[in-house]
Amino acid sequence: MSSPNVKPGQPNLFQRIWYSIFPHTYKEKDERRPYWGWLNTLVLHFRPKVVQERTLRFSLTWGLGGMAAVLVILLFATGMMLKFAYQPVPDRAYESILHLQNDVFFGQLIRNIHHWGANILLIVVFLHFLRVFFTGAFHAPRQFNWIIGLTMFILVLGSNFTGYLLPWDQLAFWAVTICTGMLEYIPVIGEGLKQIILGGTDLGPATMSNFFAIHTAIIPACLLLLLPFHFWRVRKAGGLVVPRKPDENPATRGEMVPTIPNLILRELVVAAVLIAFIMLLSVVYNAPLGAKANPGLSPNPTKAPWYFAGLQELLLHIHPLFAFVVMPLIIAGVLILLPYIPYNENTAGVWFASHRGRRMAVVAAVVAIVFTPLFVLADDLFFDFAAWIPGIPPVVSSGFLPAAMILAALCGFYVLMKRKYSATKNEAVQAVFVLLLFAFIIMTITTVWFRGEGMALTWPWKV
Amino acid sequence: MNKEPNEEAAATEPSRRSFLNKLWIGLGLVALAEVVAVVFAFLRSNKSKAREADSNAMVTAGAASKFEPNSVTAFVRGRFYLARLEDGGFLALSRKCTHLGCTVPWVEKEMKFACPCHASAFEITGEVISSPAPRPLDIYPIVIENNVVKVDTSKPLKRSEFRTEQITYPEKKV
Repeated sequence: MSSPNVKPGQPNLFQRIWYSIFPHTYKEKDERRPYWGWLNTLVLHFRPKVVQERTLRFSLTWGLGGMAAVLVILLFATGMMLKFAYQPVPDRAYESILHLQNDVFFGQLIRNIHHWGANILLIVVFLHFLRVFFTGAFHAPRQFNWIIGLTMFILVLGSNFTGYLLPWDQLAFWAVTICTGMLEYIPVIGEGLKQIILGGTDLGPATMSNFFAIHTAIIPACLLLLLPFHFWRVRKAGGLVVPRKPDENPATRGEMVPTIPNLILRELVVAAVLIAFIMLLSVVYNAPLGAKANPGLSPNPTKAPWYFAGLQELLLHIHPLFAFVVMPLIIAGVLILLPYIPYNENTAGVWFASHRGRRMAVVAAVVAIVFTPLFVLADDLFFDFAAWIPGIPPVVSSGFLPAAMILAALCGFYVLMKRKYSATKNEAVQAVFVLLLFAFIIMTITTVWFRGEGMALTWPWKV
Repeated sequence: MNKEPNEEAAATEPSRRSFLNKLWIGLGLVALAEVVAVVFAFLRSNKSKAREADSNAMVTAGAASKFEPNSVTAFVRGRFYLARLEDGGFLALSRKCTHLGCTVPWVEKEMKFACPCHASAFEITGEVISSPAPRPLDIYPIVIENNVVKVDTSKPLKRSEFRTEQITYPEKKV
């Protein structure tokens, strides 16, 4: 068991080098472990030795956290490859993408993997966020990890958005133009903020180098710091939240099983299936590339990237100051404070908090599915606050008034649900969350599939 | 009595140590401030240089008589429209929609600017015909020397409404 260097003559040069790298693999012949044993010890630096058997259940996590980590690695790898082909200057960017797709071996495939991987990552982290919320995995001691997760969600969103500009096609140019145009409506700092982000007054070379730096250096560096922090906090919390039935005592703990192979094997399977899926998607569907950006010609309609489409829909109905600044700030604030609300009980591990919570969530979803399209239609066809109440500034008539009405409706919904079901605070907060979630999804769908020329409502097959 | 100086030293020791600790923290904060200042100065000057490079901001549009009254001429390189109103006055309008920054084309048939992105529309004077655009199109200062129209495109001027002072007339008004 002593250091291998003390026994000269026995191992040959290559063995000595091997043992110097992996000293623990050196054993007497009869107790030698399999050659890949060092891998196990490596894995156990990141994972605990044993895990709760019940947390292995697929219906607890759906493998979403692991999928996000796999996608980040995939995006890092393909992103590094793309960096060798891509030229971040407006005059060259579009041509360099064409060159990548047409002349570089597997160039199109690598770009496709990066494109689909990025879009799926956004979906996966959003679902992960929903899973954590609906299993109550934000209660103590996981409160701060919720915030780290939210931060990384913003980073993924930022990464998708900055990457959206880089191909420099019509789609990219105008989507980024209108998204940065929204910044102007932030009072006092908006104009300056827009100029900092664009590196001037217009979208141009300075914007591109800003976005390229953020996309390829700042955000990856932040993710590299925050990801291990996120994982470490999961371990510090004693592993994943333990799933239980609504009426089960939270103190009951299940059996512990060794991480290898129980957890690792499952993670590898999820990773392999995910990578195979993305591969297949990338072989069948190419990442979109429109005509080269033309600053003189806005396409009709111009839409934001799909993940900002819900926001764009809101902008059509409500004054930008409220749609883009006030309401997102309120929602972000509530999300950050969500784990710190004094709840009646710790529902960690129970899907949708309780049986009642499940019923209320369904009601909230139905309410959102019925009323959001009605609101969109009514606002497009009848409502015209600015004309009905002339003489007051549009900030009030089409901003403050509808925003206040929405807020009042939400508060009313909260109180009504709480009374009608004599619900706990957990369940009522969750119902409002579900309502907003479905409203947001429906608004996103509306802009992506139901808005055509001039952003007028139309049918999906006519868009 | 011999012990006294020693005791005194023991008493001063923690405060000296805490003083030195505070000094280190203070120096660290100064160093941090320096780094932040350097980063900001770096990013800032990088930006302002890009703007200086844009030296050909003064665009010569041409002889005033060349433009028909009640017409709009697009200047693609200058990124603006030169509108000549019915009374012969000139307005240089930014082609950026004041809603979210799309480029608004001039629709000759309907005599209006129509934004393709969110259906805002503007008059020949840049006034809003239909929302969501919150204010009229931005304008650029015009100088007319020897009947030649020049437009200063370095900085667009925002306006909340259309006023007649914004119009520039040729020297010899008929």
